[in-house]
Amino acid sequence: MTDRPHPILIIVAALVYVFLMVPLVIVVGAALSDTTYLTFPPQGLSLRWFTNIFEISAFRRTIVTSLQIAFLGTFLALVIGIPAAYALNRYRVELPRWLGTLFVLPILVPEIVFGFALLKSLTVGAGVPIFVALLIGHTLLVLPYVVRVISASLASFDFSIEEAAISLGSAPLKTFFTIVLPNVRAGMIAAFILAFITSLNDVSVSLFLTGPGISTLPIQILAHVEQFFDPTVASVSVLLMFLTVAVMAVVERTLGLTFLAK
Amino acid sequence: MPLKGAAGWALSAPATLAVIGFLLVPIGIVIAGTFMDPRGIFAPYISYFNSGFRTTVLFRTLQIAALTTIISLVFGFMTAYVVSRAPARLRSLLIIAAVFPLLTGVVVRAFAWLIILGRNGILNNTLIALGLTNEPLEMLYTQGAVIVGMVYLFVPLMVLSLVGVLENIPRDVLQASSSLGASPVATFWQVLLPLAVPGLIVGAVLVFTGSFTAYATPQLLGGERQTVLATLLHQRAMVSFDWVGASTIAAIMTVITISVVLVMTNLARRINPMAT
Repeated sequence: MTDRPHPILIIVAALVYVFLMVPLVIVVGAALSDTTYLTFPPQGLSLRWFTNIFEISAFRRTIVTSLQIAFLGTFLALVIGIPAAYALNRYRVELPRWLGTLFVLPILVPEIVFGFALLKSLTVGAGVPIFVALLIGHTLLVLPYVVRVISASLASFDFSIEEAAISLGSAPLKTFFTIVLPNVRAGMIAAFILAFITSLNDVSVSLFLTGPGISTLPIQILAHVEQFFDPTVASVSVLLMFLTVAVMAVVERTLGLTFLAK
Repeated sequence: MPLKGAAGWALSAPATLAVIGFLLVPIGIVIAGTFMDPRGIFAPYISYFNSGFRTTVLFRTLQIAALTTIISLVFGFMTAYVVSRAPARLRSLLIIAAVFPLLTGVVVRAFAWLIILGRNGILNNTLIALGLTNEPLEMLYTQGAVIVGMVYLFVPLMVLSLVGVLENIPRDVLQASSSLGASPVATFWQVLLPLAVPGLIVGAVLVFTGSFTAYATPQLLGGERQTVLATLLHQRAMVSFDWVGASTIAAIMTVITISVVLVMTNLARRINPMAT
């Protein structure tokens, strides 16, 4: 082929990939170290920092909170996001264009401003419990991903199939669940995974929505790093990476990973 | 038919109301609050820009975001070009390798650089072992550390969005250019790059707004010495309980972010009406 990239470009690209991978390898190495301080290459292999995660109650508690918020927030975002994505595609002509933009706003507005605004109006202003405010924040944070991914898979759906079912006597709601939803299953899985990972890793929105006894895992990691410099955080990081790998393996099996890159 | 429109409105109502009620209204209240200061309508902004420290923070944040964007653009574009021209199997492997860090949390990725750049970190230990320096270098809590951490955060995003753009450029155009006698370098600068400009702008907007508002990376790698708007906002609200000051920073961040997005996406659209 004539368009083979210049060798210098190939070298730069290779170095960029080294730059991307090396820090992650270092975190894994540091997590396996037997020393009480962070070091790489690891000196003596041990898994004791992994068991240490579960001995620190703050980590135990925040892992549970993070998983709860990620599951519930993603679920709620799917519940309100799927009908919205459906409406945007099905009633494209009738609905104004700004409505589509509205659902992208949560990723357009600075996350940290959004978190601060929720603190000011919900927790401080209206006395909403922190867990509820956190859940609302995460639901909105992941809503754009849900609407965008579901819209993308509905774009190729032929709505005349749905009309055929209705004209043949199927109830509209039943038609939605038996005809429309099965056709966007791949999109739903992708939306769930993207939303779940986004919620699990979020810092900026959760930052202001923590309080006595309630915090998320990334916020707890931040707090821990600022006080102690031991390998516990490296092992928590590896745990989070494993979770990501597991989720990615599921995507790869069901959809193929290039789906996420779109 | 009015009835059809009504069904559309009804189905999108829960999400619409959620975004309006929990995002637009709360942020609106924060911004409106800054104009209701008893000292005068623009008083919080006047006191913000009268403070040497706070204007330094604003310009530092803009500088870090601009440098991060430029570095990510240059390396992201070169990498994306190689990825887009790679054979199919290698290409999907390279895309996966770029997606993976993107799905790893920001805290984990900033933390990795903490291990590398620390006083007793890997880089310092290596430099001392090689005899290149006697004293450990102070790399952490510098602007360079923050920029390295940010570039690490955003290069994968740039690569992924540009690979899509480059793949959409028809190969015929490039082949036409070289068969008409243009050298590979000329084809790159005069054909490929101009066609990629709208995509480059979209990628640049993503990286600029992302690094302009990032919190975890400047907090961990920059500390108090490299305070940026996001860390200052957090510090004003949660440590000093200065709600007016925090709201003013929030308003400044929102206005700059939205303006950059609007101006740049408009520009991208004007350059190439076919671009999304």
